[in-house]
Formats: sequence, structure tokens, C-alpha cells
Amino acid sequence: MSILTHEQTKRISERVISLSKADECIVSVQGSRIGNIRFARNAVSTAGLADDTQLQVQVAFGKRQGSATINEFDDKSLERAVRRAEDLARLAPENPEFMPAIAKTGYKASDTFVQRTADIDPEYRAQAAAYAMEACRKKGLVAAGFFTDRASFESVANSNGVFGHQGATSLDFTCTVRTEDGRGSGWVKRSARDVARFDPREAADVAIEKALRSVDARALEPGRYTVVMEPAATSDLISAMLGGFNARLADEGRSFLSKKGGANRLGDKLFDGQVNIWTDPWNEDVPVLPWDNGMMPRERVQLVKDGRINALNYSRFWGKQKDQRAIGTAGNIIMAGTDKSTAELIASTKKGVLVTRTWYIRMVDPQSVLLTGLTRDGTFYIENGKIKHPIKNFRFNESPVTMLNNIEEIGKPVVIGGDEANYSMLIPSMKIRDFNFTSLSDAV
Amino acid sequence: MERRTFLNFSSLALAGTMVPFSRAIAAEELMSSMPTAAKKALADVALNAATKAGASYADVRIGRYLNQFITTRDLNVENVANTESAGVGVRVIAGGAYGFAATSDMSSDGIANAARQAVAIAKANAKLQQEPVRLAPVKGVGEVSWATPIKKDWRTVPIKEKADLLIAANKAGMDGGAAFMNAMLFQVNQQKYFASTDGSYIEQDVHRLWAPFQATAVDKATGKFRSRSGLGAPVGMGYEYLDARPEHKIKAAGGVATLYTDSYDLIEDARAAGRDAKIKLTAKSVAPGKYDLMLSPEHLWLTIHENVGHPTELDRVLGYEANYAGTSFATLDKWESKKFKYGNPIVNLYADKITPGSLGAVGYDDEGVRTKKWDIIKDGILVNYQATRDQAHIIGEKESHGCSYADSWDSVQFQRMPNVSLAPGKKKLTPDEMVKDIKKGIYIVGDGSFSIDQQRYNSQFGGQLFYEIKDGKIGPMLEDVAYQANTQEFWNACSAICDERDWRMGGSFFDGKGQPPQISIVSHGSSTARFNGINVINTARKIG
Repeated sequence: MSILTHEQTKRISERVISLSKADECIVSVQGSRIGNIRFARNAVSTAGLADDTQLQVQVAFGKRQGSATINEFDDKSLERAVRRAEDLARLAPENPEFMPAIAKTGYKASDTFVQRTADIDPEYRAQAAAYAMEACRKKGLVAAGFFTDRASFESVANSNGVFGHQGATSLDFTCTVRTEDGRGSGWVKRSARDVARFDPREAADVAIEKALRSVDARALEPGRYTVVMEPAATSDLISAMLGGFNARLADEGRSFLSKKGGANRLGDKLFDGQVNIWTDPWNEDVPVLPWDNGMMPRERVQLVKDGRINALNYSRFWGKQKDQRAIGTAGNIIMAGTDKSTAELIASTKKGVLVTRTWYIRMVDPQSVLLTGLTRDGTFYIENGKIKHPIKNFRFNESPVTMLNNIEEIGKPVVIGGDEANYSMLIPSMKIRDFNFTSLSDAV
Repeated sequence: MERRTFLNFSSLALAGTMVPFSRAIAAEELMSSMPTAAKKALADVALNAATKAGASYADVRIGRYLNQFITTRDLNVENVANTESAGVGVRVIAGGAYGFAATSDMSSDGIANAARQAVAIAKANAKLQQEPVRLAPVKGVGEVSWATPIKKDWRTVPIKEKADLLIAANKAGMDGGAAFMNAMLFQVNQQKYFASTDGSYIEQDVHRLWAPFQATAVDKATGKFRSRSGLGAPVGMGYEYLDARPEHKIKAAGGVATLYTDSYDLIEDARAAGRDAKIKLTAKSVAPGKYDLMLSPEHLWLTIHENVGHPTELDRVLGYEANYAGTSFATLDKWESKKFKYGNPIVNLYADKITPGSLGAVGYDDEGVRTKKWDIIKDGILVNYQATRDQAHIIGEKESHGCSYADSWDSVQFQRMPNVSLAPGKKKLTPDEMVKDIKKGIYIVGDGSFSIDQQRYNSQFGGQLFYEIKDGKIGPMLEDVAYQANTQEFWNACSAICDERDWRMGGSFFDGKGQPPQISIVSHGSSTARFNGINVINTARKIG
């Protein structure tokens, strides 16, 4: 039941809409099959497969809304879900900012589904974990990691005649390799839509190499350093900044994109001229569904162009207030880069710090997007274009706005999933000057 | 660590769109529940099927999880969502390895199939197992029940009454000086039935509640904005927590804020938050340096959580979280030495899952172990960890600490943090008396940003309200304050703890751990405590 076809979800959606007596009815059907294997101490700790299919019904009587979700699909269950949503809508207070269901629109399909990823089986998962565990055992290292793959579909429909259906696949692999004495730790992360673009051996080898190289880290005084940040090290910093692109927050004066006097900073140059960031549901490396959670069609939107704030996100309500066109919210984030490898960025660095991963990033001040967090699992000192020795981890207090203003060089973008961000991302490695490390951490 | 789940709830509130989780139900359906006899019959089906398939041990959790979320913005209700999730999770040991399977199919066949699947998974895992699972013994307790002692069930309170309360709080905040207000109400009821081949059949009815809000003041002329969040705690109580009573209010040192014990005046706190947010717009920026910090329980709970609660989780110490949440500096050799000075000798931290009103309070954990209280740090020395049945032997204990928890019927249970609390000081001391001995300090009330490394050495914390302390007196409000510390140095710098009259709890609704990630809930109690010579940084920055 978990993966339904276009025809099946269309039939279910039409049935649900026909059962509703409300002023409008919105239907979403989602299903997924998620497999995973987790390992630690060079042994598998858990492995599983979860199937789920859900139907969501949202109805409105005037400005009163209610929603219900169910995972049974017989006629009686469908009717029960509609009645539950209608009951809740009658109990709910009116929402003055209520927006009616979107008018009929078409969705241009994006290439989110790869059958060979959907075909991943328990043996493949076990093998992906085994590469890391076996290689670590041989070298006297300890592996811990997680591999998960997902095949899913989503359909959306409403009583205005809107309908969309699309499948998607993805996989994520993370592996931490530690030396037995606890003095070294390395990490790798790989994300892909197509399993053919994932090589578990290559990934495990990266973590192993970093673990071996990171032993006997020396302390470097905290301060401002030129840093070479691998893509995983900046993905959560950049995504944390994107909340500020909400037009309403900016207009209301509570975003870093708010301006003195009440205006927003659309058009202002806030970043280095090399910085270009956009969202595009049809990007071939990080495609996402062509609609957002509110069924709004997504489009390619250039958020930052040559360092300038080029667009803000308007919700349907706020767009109406400000006479601006609303566009579906971003599902992916793409940052432009070059063909340079991370190794080339290191090679051009006289003195600096290579950061593999950043960790536990939290907002300290939304006014300046000041974030704090730490480096982890592979932090090295660079001298005269070469990695000279491992260094102890740092805590940083830095704003991604400042960081993207201090770019010296950009590398090649790679597909990366955020640790705490819900975006698919294509982020380059970057060389950044004056990155602010404020204290040392003893953690390995 | 409060992770993605909370972000999802926040974005839900902002989006005001369809509910992306669980099964939503109408209000009148909330009160019905499956008869105990029917649960016992289903549990026996699972246990028998598992045993017959070759399990040497099996437990089954039949769960019905009800939530209600109400989100408001200014004077508008943005969303009301009732959700329900029900099903069965079966955990077994076969061939010395764990297996787990879950199903929402509550028929006898569906449950028996899940049990057999769990055994098959265990047998497959057994081939990769290096050591057989070893469970600390638990004596079956027969048919027992436990319920959160509530006076008012949130399920019986009309939605309009709750929405009106949140809107009134938002209005109070705006009257107080906020330009914008967001208030939410999270309400939880977990109906959990546990049975195991040890002979236990345990029914529990767990209730939790949280009413967070955020007041934001804006100065459009300068482009500056500042926020203050609520000072009320999430609790393991019924809706009576929101029926504020005067005897549950206390004044912070110097009268700078009203604080709450066993009930919460949401409207009063929202009004004060609006006022405080506005004052923050013009507060003095802190001069960085070393300060004596006086930390209120509304703030200190989070520090306890991050740099005592997490590092003393035994699975982290052993390396099971190495790829995600991390490991721990509080290694077994430090515990074995019986001399590791985690803190000053006045520091006593204990774990429990029994304190009434706490988020972690239950009668039994998710592997049927009766809950209890035990020491973690005694007179400043690391003396114990938090363990489950399969970990107890590693630390030489004969029984589990009862720290097993799963966030859903379809999640496998594993080691999660109990309540971890700082014991009150043994000498009589009030917060106002504590201030008198501080020459250069900062009084911090409420929790703010938080971050700590993967072995829990280096932490940084912000807060909600910061007040200068100079020559024994509380001065004006400060801003841009955060402190950084090494965990061991921080707790050894603890120089005074107020007595039991000042003891109260804070807590987290969304503590994250595990892969796939699960959330947990936990409270941390303390009295106001003083920490000498802590490094304070100034967090003010200018961009473009």
C-alpha cells in the first residue's frame, strides 16, 4: 500500500472531495518506504524498514478550518476522515488570515524518482555498513554510522480542480570513525537521489583517513582565521539564515533583512559579489517536488544575486497585503561555485584552518544572525598550501551574513543534506577570511 | 538537544497549513480508550507468537498517543490540531540479539505477524552480534496501573477556552510593549500498555502540558528588535497548571521578575515579557570578562540538561551515539576511580523519574522497570550513570535505573535521560541573600540559546533576562550576554546554592537523540545557584 500510482491517488482524492460538504476541501496523500541500518562499536545496533501511507483532509467552512489524517483507505474510512475534519472545522475559531484554497494550476514535474534507489534492499544496506565496519576493524578503528534510504510519493488535490502526483527517492549516509584510544575522529556525509551516485567504500575511506590524520591534535589560540569550510560545514549555517528571507518578518522589523525606518533590504548588497544563491525545484542534482506544503507551485527564485538580496518569500496572505506575487516556499537551496576542489582551496591557503563538520549550531541573535556552534571530526591546520597537523576543535560565534561577505574563494558545489535543515542542498566548499573562533573545545 | 521536531512544529505554526503528522481526531473522540482486558489479550497474542517463534524474551507496547496543538499569532488563532497515533511495538531477544517490529494493524493476526517479524529480525541480527544481550532481572509485577496525578484533564477543556487564554496572553504582551506575540499550547496524553514475558501487564496514563510564547519588541527607527520568551515550565500535570494561584508565585531576586512554581500565570508573564522585550531595546551591552553568575532555575535547568544530563547517559559513554549526538567526557575510568571531581563538594545531582509534576515522571519505564531516584554526582564526585536493563551489568548494578523510553509505539525503546536535578543547598540561603556577596556579577533568568560540543566539555549559554550585579546589589538590565565554560570547571566553580524554598523545575519537551531520531521529555530542578569567575562574552554584532 505504501507507494501508490497517479491513478490510485487521483481516484482517492476525487472520492474524498465528493464526500465533503464543506465550502472547500484539500486532500493530500503521502506514502513512504524508509529503510535504515545503524551501527556503532563496529557492529550493527538496529536495522529496520517502515512503511506508511497517510491521507490528510483539510476542509473550511468560511474562515474556520479543520484537518484530519487517516491511514486506512476503504470508503468508510475516507468518509470518517472527512467528517472528522468537518467536525473540527466547526469547533475551530475563525482565522482572520484565512486564505482560500488555491485556484486550478498545473505543476511542471521534476525528476525526483530513481527506481534503483527505490529498489535498495536489506542486503545493500548491510553491505554499505559492512564496508565501514570491516575496514575499521582491520585498521584498529571504531565505526559508528547510519544509512537510510527512502522511496515516497505525494499527491495533492483540492476542490478547485488542482491535482499533482509525484514520486521521490533519496538516501543519506553518515559515518564517524574513531581511533580506539579516542584521540582521533573523522566523519563523512553523503546524500543522493540516485544510489548509482553513492559509493559507500569511498565514503568510509574519507572518514577513516580523517580519523587517522586527526590523532594528536594541537591547540591553536582562538581568534579570527582564514578557514576552508567543506560543504557540510556551512550547510546548516546558510540554511539558518534563510528564515530571514520571509518577507513578512522583514517588513515587520524582525529579520536581519529589516531596515531602519520600517522597509526591508531587498536590493541591498549584503554579501561578497561571488555569492549567488537560488532555489529551483527542477535542478538536476537536487530536484524537489514542484509544490510546497501549501500546494503552491514552486519556481526557480534567485534569492541572492551577485551578493545582493534579490528576492524575498511572500506567503499568500502577506503577498496580498503587499501586492506582491506569492511563490511556493523553497524545497532546495543551491549556491553557485566553481570547478575547484577543496584540495585546490587548501593549496592556495598560506595559513588557515580546514573544517570538516560544524555541530550544535544555535541562533544567538536573530538581529545579526549570530550563530554559535563547534567544529568536529576533522579540524586541521593549513600552512603553505598543505594540511600540516590536526588541531583541537573550536567554538565559533559567527554570522553567515559576515561569513558570506568574507569569501576569498569558492569551490565545487556538492549535494548535501543539512543536519537540522529541511532542504536538499547543493553547497560548495569555501575559503573564508576572519572566521571568528571564540574558544577551544577538548572534545575529540 | 532540541532538534528538528520542534522546528517542524514552529514552521507548522507559521505556515498555518495542513497538519503533517499523525492521525487527527475530533475532540469528542479523545476520551474513549480500549478496555484493559482487550489490551491484555492483544499483548498475550504478541508474547505467545514471539515465544513460539523462538524468542527467549519479548515485550510489547500498545500505545495510543493523543496530542493537541493550538497556535496563535497576535490576536489570531492560526491552527488547532488534534492528532492521534495508535499501534503496537514488539521487542524480542532471540539468539542473543534484539529484534523489533511495529504495526498499526491491531488485529490478532497483525500483532502476531509483527511479533514473528521481530523474531526474524533478531535472528538475522544475531549473526552480526558480538556479545549476547544481557538483561538485568525484573520481577514481573502482574496487572498494575499508574497515572499522572492530574486535577483537570486537558481533553475536557473546550478549545475556545484555551484559544481565548492564548489570545488574552498575546493581548497582554502587546499591551505590555510587544509589537508581536506568538503563543502556543502543547497538550499530550500517552495511553501506554506494556507487557512482557517477565509477567508484567502495566497500564499507564501520562499527561503533559506546555504553554510557550514569545514577545517581540521592535524599534523601527533604529531597526532593532528584541524578544523575551515565557518563564513557565513544561510540566507533567493537567490543565490545572494554567489556573494560576497566588501561592505559586515568587519574586526573583531584587523583584526583577515574577516566577512560578506549581501553577503558571500565563497572562501575567506575557504582559511582563512585552515590557521586558521593550526594555531590552535600550539595555546596556555587557562588557566581556569574568563574572560571578547567579543562575535562576528557569535558566539553570538547561545547563544541567546539557552538561550533566547528556554526558552521564551510559549509551553515549559507551559509543552508541558517536555518529550523532556524540560521546561523553565522563568516561568509565573516571567513574571507576571514584575520585573524579565533576563539581564542587556542595554540588549534588540526582536522577529520578518519580518527582510529581515532572515531565519524566512515570510509574514504570518502557521496559517495565519500576521508576526510582538515584545519585549521579554526590558531594561533587561522579558516582553513577543512567542505565537500562541491558546496561546495568556494565556498571556493576543488579537492576536497571528505569531509563528506557520510546517516543512512539512504532519506535524502539532505548536509553533516554530521566529527570536530572541539582539538590538544594544545605545551608539556609535565599536569592536576595545570595546577591549580597557578589561584587561583580550577572543574574540570569530564563533560558536562551544553548550549544555544547559532542563530548560535553565546551558549552555556551544565553538567557532571557540579564541583570548587572554590582557590590551586592542588582542593577539595570544588560543585553548581548552569553557565557562559555568547560563543564568540569563550571561545576567546580559552583560556590553557593539556595535552599529548598527556592527549588523548582524547568524542562524540555523535545530532547532529541538516536538515529532515526526520537524525541523525549525531561525536567530538571534546581535552586538559584552561584558560579564564580565565569567567562562572559558580548554577542553584539553588526552586519552590512
